[in-house]
Amino acid sequence: MLYFSRLKIISIIVFCLSLIFFSISNFINNEDFFLKKKVNLGLDLQGGSYLLLEVDKNPVINQTLQSKLTQVRNYFKKKEIKTFDYKLGKQKVLFKSDTNDQEKILELFKNDNELNPYFDVYKSYQYNVELIDNIFELTLTKYGIIEIEQSLLDQAIEIVRKRVDEVGTNEPSITKSGSNRIAVELPGLDNPDRIKSLLGRTANLTFRFVTQNTDASFGSEKLKDLDTGEELNVSKRIIISGDNLIDAKPQMDNINNETVVSFTLDRLGARKFGRATKNGIGKQLAIVLDNQIISAPVIRDVIASGSGQISGGFTFQSATDLALLLRSGALPAPLDIIEERTVGPDLGEDSIKAGVLSLVIGFILVILYMIYKYRLFGLISNFALIINLFMLLGFLTIFEATLTLPGIAGIILTVGMAVDANVLIFERIKEELKKEKNKVIAFDNGYTLSRTAILDANITTIIAALILFVFGSGPVKGFSVTLSIGILTTLFSVYYVARLLTSLYVIKNKNNEVTIK
Amino acid sequence: MTGKYLFNKYYNLSNIISLIIFIISIFLLIFKGLNYGVDFKGGTLIELRSDNTNYKTEDIRGAFNKLNFDDLSVKKFGAEGDYVIKFKRSDLNKPDFIKNLKNDLDNYLEDYSFRRVENVGPKVSAELLQDGVTAIAIALAAMLIYIWFRFEWQFSIGAIVAIFHDVIITLGIFSLLSLEINLSIVAAVLTIVGYSMNDTVVIFDRVRENLKKYADIKIFDLTNLSINETLSRTLITSVTTLLALLSIFFFGGEILKGFSFAMILGVILGTYSSIFIANPVLVYFKVSQKTLIKEED
Repeated sequence: MLYFSRLKIISIIVFCLSLIFFSISNFINNEDFFLKKKVNLGLDLQGGSYLLLEVDKNPVINQTLQSKLTQVRNYFKKKEIKTFDYKLGKQKVLFKSDTNDQEKILELFKNDNELNPYFDVYKSYQYNVELIDNIFELTLTKYGIIEIEQSLLDQAIEIVRKRVDEVGTNEPSITKSGSNRIAVELPGLDNPDRIKSLLGRTANLTFRFVTQNTDASFGSEKLKDLDTGEELNVSKRIIISGDNLIDAKPQMDNINNETVVSFTLDRLGARKFGRATKNGIGKQLAIVLDNQIISAPVIRDVIASGSGQISGGFTFQSATDLALLLRSGALPAPLDIIEERTVGPDLGEDSIKAGVLSLVIGFILVILYMIYKYRLFGLISNFALIINLFMLLGFLTIFEATLTLPGIAGIILTVGMAVDANVLIFERIKEELKKEKNKVIAFDNGYTLSRTAILDANITTIIAALILFVFGSGPVKGFSVTLSIGILTTLFSVYYVARLLTSLYVIKNKNNEVTIK
Repeated sequence: MTGKYLFNKYYNLSNIISLIIFIISIFLLIFKGLNYGVDFKGGTLIELRSDNTNYKTEDIRGAFNKLNFDDLSVKKFGAEGDYVIKFKRSDLNKPDFIKNLKNDLDNYLEDYSFRRVENVGPKVSAELLQDGVTAIAIALAAMLIYIWFRFEWQFSIGAIVAIFHDVIITLGIFSLLSLEINLSIVAAVLTIVGYSMNDTVVIFDRVRENLKKYADIKIFDLTNLSINETLSRTLITSVTTLLALLSIFFFGGEILKGFSFAMILGVILGTYSSIFIANPVLVYFKVSQKTLIKEED
């Protein structure tokens, strides 16, 4: 195990140097340096905010079932099968039919893709149908729900991205997490209140008439006017909604000297709005945002231009936020903030300082101890350790991994445990030197005989680290990353760097006295 | 030929002491329980720094007490003027919570800032706890399987008993001292599992080598010989690992204190258990050369 071909020696040197080169790019601030890769600092080190949002799927599931109810009723009417007693139960649609039609209905739910779509990917129907006490029970299957969740999440993440981008934070990261969650990372943001309030609103905007008539064909509902506090009866018929908006911005209205939100409608919206204002002069128009009326002006003139203003006692800030929400569009479902972690930049800086300080001190202590224990071979092992650290940093840079505070702890721990393999080898060589006269053979045996123990020892640690990587969350994941990469670079540095140096030394001194203290 | 130090003389004594401490730890875990942090219990954590050095912990607690939070705890956190405040709240969702909290707090405190805020909802904390427990369970199972492949079953039982010993007693000490269990402690426990295994495997590797070499030495003495042969490695590695961990403990800042403390306990226990727990198990199972031969057939 002591022989190295020239080619091998060169490859080792090139490999180490290239990784060292990558690691060095972290310390160079020069913009002209062609390597732009750097290790990312986690939010716990650079400061920032992490939010975990959960999409509340229940309202959408209810809506889906509601429209399914209508669809099923119309479907059987068209097929001239008598069904009746439709009801919306808890997460299910209930209905009845004549007893002799039951078989046929169940059959249709199995065979007609229009009535009950079949997902080939999941090998499952969208709906489950059961006949209990002569009542049909229609429920979404597991995959029916997953389908809804996925499309919800896709839409929601789009909107979240737009809203966060509009606020203009520095390099935000917005990712899906599981089947119904969105993780938002906002580096450098030490007060997430504004983002939270922007993400906490669905921003569902509708323009509807205020009506006295409670039993109009579309129905009506009582909504609260935020401005005056009184309740108004608002028709459920939607004239235009937020979807028709193409732009919105805050504006100073010089006549009333207040801040308003001015908006521009798309062509369809403009036409609808023009028609509604023409027919509704004198009527009160309710501007409803998330089931609350923000203002209810009386229509005095036809608005055909497709642009208008919303006033509602806004401050400049709240008008800016409302305009932003309207521009980015409505969320398909409410989002709950289920986890929040914010670290101030000064704490992050302190953590970096403490992490680096403890790394340096731990490193120096280990190095001194190894020199004390093994003298020359301690130096070899220390050299390998230094190369090891650069390679570790090099790999983190290449992968653009995120370094967290526990990640730094993982590096320090690597320092402590990295020498283990060399210790195992040196101790074994000591034993072999007692038995074997030929130095080269003794060293060779030392390396060979210690190999299984070293592999076992490192594989067990890497198993633990990988499990932590799978199950760990947040900064702790960074610990498993540095620890696992650290183990790999350690093995390399021990078997290639330290062994190369050892072999050069031993072969040169094979006739002299060679001892490991 | 049994080695310089007679560790095997103390097998019984150490096992009895370990068993007692193990049982006490189990009792502590059952009856006193663990002090879960917001990661696992849910709630809010605020790290507060006050520049007013006249404040004492009581003043900070008094101020927060006026705001009527459930389950309030206020503790000093490292440097002078730094505190960690934890409490329960249900309205995590409200965007203005921190702003309102600061407004209220301004009536009672001045010259302070929030350095860190963590809010964990009940759903997330329950999941994090479940993930943590699953991770540790899978790690134990993975170790068991790995060593089963590499060694004979007597060895894997020895190693697993040693790991259980280390993990349970570490958690027992955390329970006894009411130290906080958070995500980083799970990381520490997993690393302890790896480390303890590592230490045990190195000695076992030697035991097996010696079993093949010396047919006439009984397992009682053979384990002792193997421990002695690997002793300097065991000690040197423990020392270097401890040097690194002590450096984190003293200089790595408050956030890593719990983690490094758990790891320090784990390394000491792991070193002890690989000698005094894992090896006696081999003796109790009367492992001999035949054990290896049977496996090879």
